[in-house]
Amino acid sequence: MPRLRAWFSRLIGLFQKNKRDAEMSEEMQAHLDLLIERNIAAGMLPHEARNAALRQFGGVEQVKEIAREQRVWRWADEFLQDLRFGARMLFRNPGFSILAILCLTLGIGTNAAALSWIEGILIRPYPLVAHQDRMVALGRHDARSHWRPRALLSGLSRSGKNSTLFESFIIDKITGTTLSVGDRAERATGGIVSANYFDALGVRPILGRGFRPEEGTGRNAHPVTVISYLTWQDRYKGDPEIIGKTQYLNGVQHTIIGVAPEKFHGTFIGYSFNFWVPTSMQETFDSTGYKLEDRGAQWIESYAFLKPGVTRQQAQPELSAIAERLENDYPQTNRGQGFELWPLWKTPFNAVGNLSPTLAITTGVAFFVLLIACANVSNLLLARSLIRRHEMTMRLALGAGRRRLIKQLFTEGLLLSLIAAAGGIMVAYWCRNALVLVSPTRIPGITIDYPGQLDWRVLALSVAICIGSTMLFALVPAIQASHVDLSGALKSEGGSVVGGSGRSRLRSVLVFVQVALSFVLIAGTGLLLRSLVQMQNSDPGFSTRNVVVSAADLFSAGYKPDRAKVFYEQLLERVRALPGVQSATLEGVRPFSYADYSSAPLEIEGYQPPRNEQVAADYNQVGEEYFATIGIPIVAGREFTRNDDENAPPVAIVNEMMAAKYWPGKDPVGQRLKVKDKWMEIVGVAKNAHYRTKLEQPTPFFYVPVRQNFLVQNGFIIRTNQSAAAIMNALAREIHALDPNLAPLDTISLQQQVDRMSYTQRLAVALLAIFGGMALFLAAIGLYAVMSYSVSQSTRELGLRMALGASTNDLLRLVISRGLRLTIAGIIIGVTAALILTRLMGNLLYKVSPRDPLAFGSAFVVMMIVALAACFLPGWRATRIDPVRALRN
Amino acid sequence: MAKEKTDLVYGTLDMLILKALQYDPRHGLAIADRIEQMSKDILRVEQGSLYPALYRLEAQGWIKAEWGVSDNNRKARYYKLTAAGRKQLSAEKEHWLRITKGIDLVLAGG
Repeated sequence: MPRLRAWFSRLIGLFQKNKRDAEMSEEMQAHLDLLIERNIAAGMLPHEARNAALRQFGGVEQVKEIAREQRVWRWADEFLQDLRFGARMLFRNPGFSILAILCLTLGIGTNAAALSWIEGILIRPYPLVAHQDRMVALGRHDARSHWRPRALLSGLSRSGKNSTLFESFIIDKITGTTLSVGDRAERATGGIVSANYFDALGVRPILGRGFRPEEGTGRNAHPVTVISYLTWQDRYKGDPEIIGKTQYLNGVQHTIIGVAPEKFHGTFIGYSFNFWVPTSMQETFDSTGYKLEDRGAQWIESYAFLKPGVTRQQAQPELSAIAERLENDYPQTNRGQGFELWPLWKTPFNAVGNLSPTLAITTGVAFFVLLIACANVSNLLLARSLIRRHEMTMRLALGAGRRRLIKQLFTEGLLLSLIAAAGGIMVAYWCRNALVLVSPTRIPGITIDYPGQLDWRVLALSVAICIGSTMLFALVPAIQASHVDLSGALKSEGGSVVGGSGRSRLRSVLVFVQVALSFVLIAGTGLLLRSLVQMQNSDPGFSTRNVVVSAADLFSAGYKPDRAKVFYEQLLERVRALPGVQSATLEGVRPFSYADYSSAPLEIEGYQPPRNEQVAADYNQVGEEYFATIGIPIVAGREFTRNDDENAPPVAIVNEMMAAKYWPGKDPVGQRLKVKDKWMEIVGVAKNAHYRTKLEQPTPFFYVPVRQNFLVQNGFIIRTNQSAAAIMNALAREIHALDPNLAPLDTISLQQQVDRMSYTQRLAVALLAIFGGMALFLAAIGLYAVMSYSVSQSTRELGLRMALGASTNDLLRLVISRGLRLTIAGIIIGVTAALILTRLMGNLLYKVSPRDPLAFGSAFVVMMIVALAACFLPGWRATRIDPVRALRN
Repeated sequence: MAKEKTDLVYGTLDMLILKALQYDPRHGLAIADRIEQMSKDILRVEQGSLYPALYRLEAQGWIKAEWGVSDNNRKARYYKLTAAGRKQLSAEKEHWLRITKGIDLVLAGG
């Protein structure tokens, strides 16, 4: 207790220092006065009495100092002194302080905001879902393999019950339907999910309930659905009595049993789900129902939750055992296949695959921004340390201890970085939601969740890096001061006119380093930006101009194949007759959509597969003139025609990749392949195209005529010089004329469709443009600061030259040519370093050489412009100065 | 002043100050006087070390200071023992007695 009291008293002492000091003086004076009085009374003369009293008391100031120590902590006292002094120094050089703090603030703030955001998307992508740290995605070794969902379902739920490593498995298959409420029909995205879905995710419906265990099984037995909050609000006007009402989904009356919480969008990055149905209803929602039956391919998305403390590596063997069991049960379809666990940020399905390379690039650039900020501040501090060398020497000469000097510089550095860190945290806080603003226009139904939540680890890391680098360089003057020859230094600092050759050499090195460093960073950022632009502009393999895609939801409307055939036949005829339409045809699956292409095991005449290879490829059912319509060139043979119908011999068109793989060196036209027990003759070879994303590797792919492989659900693809909106109106009229209950869905240009799929990329481009701009800005002000510091330091020299008769132009030329010489030397080193370093970025670059001349060239131009400006302004100012004043300073 | 004076044993000043304040509040000089007087002029208080000790005791909360007027009408700062100080005094006294008793025993043991 007394100790605490003493501590508290000292703490108070820290703040009442002046008052207490005065009191102490007064008290000691009173003591002395009493002594003097006593001495006089004893017969001394006044001045003798006074001297004796002082002797008796001892040194008044020493006593006071000792007494002071009793009252406050000395170190704290000194710290406050240093802090005051540091603040004074910062105020005296406002330009320096503002620049340094601005750099650090921007660096810390933006970095923390962006990295938190990225971390949020990759590591905790699903709002409201509990335990995402233990959530893993479940995929196959081979993304295009074939399996039986029912086997998976039973296998997993069996093993989920008595597993020691897995807490639960969930299944989530993206699907869609036309949701008609009132007279408004819209496409809705939904999930076919296992019955434990909401329980396992820890998401509680805000109204009603989630699925019951028995609702997951029994073919078409449980037509129940949970709707999203948005759907509830938007489509049902937030009806409080919604639970128990029914809704037709794909022609089946479903009972609405629950409403999901507002922020829950489902577990599929890139899409916001409108509804969920249990797995028992799968057939109702899969328009290519045959996939479920025999040997079709099915691509179910599933996740697992690991038990606490179990790692992915530990869980993998158990999963492989399940896979082995399945392989034994279903040898023909599960041969050589296995499950694999993926961390969420590597989820093999959903948009993450698209997202992660671009996010990696963005992270890289964000980190560059931080690096530039740190480099700037370090350089600024170094520059200032040169100015302060004289001050340090002086203080040493006046008897300041080195420890004390270091402590003071340390305090200054701390002050600087703490202000910056506070600013950075504020910037991060403000920016956390600002990322939404920079994102490209939103596309309905597509949601990227912006966590809007700062990750304290990222923030702490950025702050630590900044403080670390600041402190390191803040101490440079102290290190310099500690091996300074005092008398020599004082003489030369005070007496030199041009400021010692050593000093100017160091200044040159500063400029030089800053130029080289900035060049590397700007060139690196440039390369990354170019990669994203390339990614954006790369050719998908088909023409996206003048092509409009659309669809009508015949499947939900309950059309049977015969009726659908007639409908499509009549509709296409009407559409082809529309003004501005060049051609129109059907496509089973729209390219660059989340819908799955058909996929089947193949048999190829004359091709003996190695033992472990299952010959398979994706394919699409397309109408006549498809290739002309979408703009994929046919390189050999012919395109599909009207005559390739159910009465003609089955035909197929393969892409170049497939031709090269199975018929190397041969002309595939005229060869045969067997799909689902049907032999088809190859009549043409199409150029390779991208089928799902621009990032995918070229893959074997083939096409079959839709007339020979009919599906109820098809899309329309129309080549026209009309806009998508104009076509939609005309199409709506024609569809309505044929069937008043149908409406065109999702009518957009093919370019929009491609953009939709690369939405995340464009988001990253927007982000990167901001970060790249910021990196450039920071590098520029850093260079400017160092350069103008260097020029301003030679004011005296310029004054001398002027006094000796140099003209203003001569001086300006001198300053600029000196600056440019340094800049060019710096750039040469920068280019060399960049050539070495950018090679390390190889896997972040997309179709851009690490030595891309455009990136390097623009970095060069930017550096030259900044360097010119940085030399010119202070040089110009320096030449305006009165030479006499310049010399006297 | 001819008598030989002994400097204080290190660490005992605090206890002696508390003792000097046991009955009446006193100012700094008076405390020094009181200690010398009570020790029959054997002990001498270094006036310079008096104040750090006073501030230390004040910070611990064992004594309290107030401005007052001395006998000869001078302003002076008077120190007063607090309740905690009183407790501390008896504790230190006891401690001191135990130590000196021990030392006596050792020395007497020859």
